[in-house]
Amino acid sequence: MSAITYSNARHERLARLARRATWRLAGGVLVLWAVATLTFFALHLMPGDPVLAILGGASGNPTAETIAQATREFGLDKPLAVQYALYLGRLLQGDLGMSYSQHLPVTQVLAEQSWATLQLTFSALALAWLLVLALTVLTAGRGRWVSSLASLAETLAAALPHFWLGILLLAVFAFGLRWFPPAGSDGWRTLVLPAVALAIPLAGFIAQVTRESLELTLEQPFVLTARTRGLSDTAVRFKHALRHAVLPGISLSGWAIGALISGAVVIEVIFSRKGLGRQLYQAVQAQDLPLTIGISLAVAAVYVLANIVIDLLYLWIDPRQQGKTA
Amino acid sequence: MSDKHLIVEGLSIEFDGQTVVHNLSFTLAPGKTLALVGESGSGKSVTARSLIGLAGAGARVTARTLSYGGQDLLGLSERGWRRLRGKGIGFVLQDALVSLDPLRPVGKEILEVLKAHNWGDRRSRAERVIELLDKVGVPQPRLRARQRPDQLSGGLRQRALIASALALSPGLVIADEPTTALDATVQAQILEVLQEIKARGDSLLIISHDLAVVAQLADEVLVLRHGVTVEQGPMQQVLRNPRHPYTRALLDAVPAEHARGTRLSPGQPAVGGQPRPAADSPLLLRASGLGKAYVGPDHQSRQVVDGVSFELRAGRTLGIVGESGSGKTTVARMVLGLLEPDAGRVEFLGQPWTAAGSQRVTEKQRRLHRRDISVIYQDPLSSFDPRWSVARILADALDVAGFEAGQQAVRIRQLLEQVRLPADLATRRPLQLSGGQRQRVAIARAIASNPKVIICDEPVSALDVSVQAQVLDLLADLQASLGLAYLFISHDLGVIRHVSDEVLVMRHGKVVESAPVEALFDNPQHEYTRRLLGAVPRLPGAQVQLVVPPLEAENSAWLFDESQLWKIAI
Repeated sequence: MSAITYSNARHERLARLARRATWRLAGGVLVLWAVATLTFFALHLMPGDPVLAILGGASGNPTAETIAQATREFGLDKPLAVQYALYLGRLLQGDLGMSYSQHLPVTQVLAEQSWATLQLTFSALALAWLLVLALTVLTAGRGRWVSSLASLAETLAAALPHFWLGILLLAVFAFGLRWFPPAGSDGWRTLVLPAVALAIPLAGFIAQVTRESLELTLEQPFVLTARTRGLSDTAVRFKHALRHAVLPGISLSGWAIGALISGAVVIEVIFSRKGLGRQLYQAVQAQDLPLTIGISLAVAAVYVLANIVIDLLYLWIDPRQQGKTA
Repeated sequence: MSDKHLIVEGLSIEFDGQTVVHNLSFTLAPGKTLALVGESGSGKSVTARSLIGLAGAGARVTARTLSYGGQDLLGLSERGWRRLRGKGIGFVLQDALVSLDPLRPVGKEILEVLKAHNWGDRRSRAERVIELLDKVGVPQPRLRARQRPDQLSGGLRQRALIASALALSPGLVIADEPTTALDATVQAQILEVLQEIKARGDSLLIISHDLAVVAQLADEVLVLRHGVTVEQGPMQQVLRNPRHPYTRALLDAVPAEHARGTRLSPGQPAVGGQPRPAADSPLLLRASGLGKAYVGPDHQSRQVVDGVSFELRAGRTLGIVGESGSGKTTVARMVLGLLEPDAGRVEFLGQPWTAAGSQRVTEKQRRLHRRDISVIYQDPLSSFDPRWSVARILADALDVAGFEAGQQAVRIRQLLEQVRLPADLATRRPLQLSGGQRQRVAIARAIASNPKVIICDEPVSALDVSVQAQVLDLLADLQASLGLAYLFISHDLGVIRHVSDEVLVMRHGKVVESAPVEALFDNPQHEYTRRLLGAVPRLPGAQVQLVVPPLEAENSAWLFDESQLWKIAI
């Protein structure tokens, strides 16, 4: 009898998680549509003629005829509303158009460049969390000196700019000690320095939140109860306190994905890595409308997906929330 | 049966050079129960924690002797302490909602003790968990073991917490306020579980501020004040013939044993004996057929308040008593006009105040009489802006009541005087005040606008017994001098009996009985009222002894638990 009730409860719980995921996906589609619309209009409001950009910039000196031909070819002579409608229609078919500057389908550029950026951002996130856990579990609630030193280190780390850290790491570990290659995107050795440059400020930031939450949790009565059972301090921290303490950091990680991708723009340029960040930087400079939109959409999609995953992860860690969200 | 004695001689505990416990001595024999009694800050909890080596970081524990079962505890290494905790000495904290890990099923928490001490194998541990839950009276233990504390009722999760302390059959169980914050009937059940520990021949050290609870369990009582023993001896002797004035004050402060109009706190002139306003004094507030339903997470509607009617007359006190979930706070919110009823209406000073459906009253219509009704909550701290000074908190209330800025300073001084707070307190912030002072500020705020009615929602439930006594006395004095009417909500029958003229007993949103206070307590008509009265622990020597129907009390609690099941199917 009780076993049946329990399996029903679990079934119900999974169904709730699935329902929630579906809702979040639907919301994500709306976000993507909003991103597509915003980038489309924002880029049309930018100064400069996209036709000139297509034809190689002002220095290309195109004739009036070529300009007129290109305008027709890319549909730039139609009213903005029509252009927008056509653009949405193509988007729905998965057609992101041709890159003006690279003369390649945008989807192809995305396919070639995305993996490098995903690798970079997710290894940076994983590395940041490793640093956070090591630092906070070892130092939280261990006396005033240790705590203030660690929290000073966190504040410093959180305040470091990516580009400065990137250049410093290059100077020391690539040019000075020659432990890692200074540029390129092949193999794990090229990934280390850029990932560290992205991870350190983020780790500082998440660690500040996690430390506070861990110190609060360690004062909770249930932690005292766990100690009265004869658990060691390490066991109390890992089995009880940590699960509570990571929750705010997990929420922040959703936001961090976005911060990491924008950080990747700078880092990919500094370390001459291939990736979406560098492509976006170049595409905006060249007023390459389709490529800019394509990259923005891809980044937004990753952001939305990552946030759905983080949302579900949060519910998995804190099942109390499920009843309230259905 | 264990043959283990706990011997404490000359125990002192210091924090940063400040001594919080001075020279404490006691012994606890197997099968006996010792109660440490005292108010918050008396050092009773830190004493209990020092017995398992968890007095806290920065605590310096010294003693001539501190031993358990012949083992010297003073020189124990951290590893030695860990071996003792859970196995030799079990520890139960108050409020299992926060004393059990809120993210884990309770079964896992019990399992943890067994694992930490390498008891049995996987299979036998799982069986032991079910056996333990069954032993402390948790029905359907296999289902309950997989539920989290928030999915269990207060009584069930407190039992689960006790089960985790009993897992390895320790010879000594320390229980720190094990029944505080529990409803009366649930408290009675938990006391029974603790009694069984005693009956098995194990020792019990119980820490409590509640003398009535202590009277149910203890063989010996040790009364602590500011870390010093003020009285120590056999329970009957200490509670019947207290020698120290502090013990006597604690006993006098228990409201259940005192009739209306008597003082609970010493040192103040008695205003008792004043005639109560007649039962036909002018009608202020009339509620008729109030109803409210909420939709739960399972999309099923739950009737939280159902057909509640009452009248409140000038200068009188109407008590509403019920256990948690009985709907009393929802009634208060509707009477305050903060929550729209689904059915029925409230009339205040002869005008419609709030009503369901088409007779709806707008806040604009209520504004004229807003100042005539105010409220005091259980936890004033959360109802104050922590950055505001006391003067600003009161000035804000005076603004709302329409006092001009020029008159406010005088009125604030007058209000502080009325609630017996020194005038220089006006510059302090809520966090700098004690619990009793905060509640006095809340009372000053409530009377600032010269209201006719004050809704008191559990106003003394978070206070120590002697502070509670002072606040109840203050409320009585203000009622006599200002002619206030109180709608007094509490789960504590003793408090209700002390303050009320008439009493409503609520259960599952319905009024099960309503009567003048003497009639209700002397001759309860409804079976639930009788059960509620029977579950109240009493001091020895109290005049009124009621017959307890224990089995039914058990059953009703299970019924209540089943009704909580909607929360569980998640």
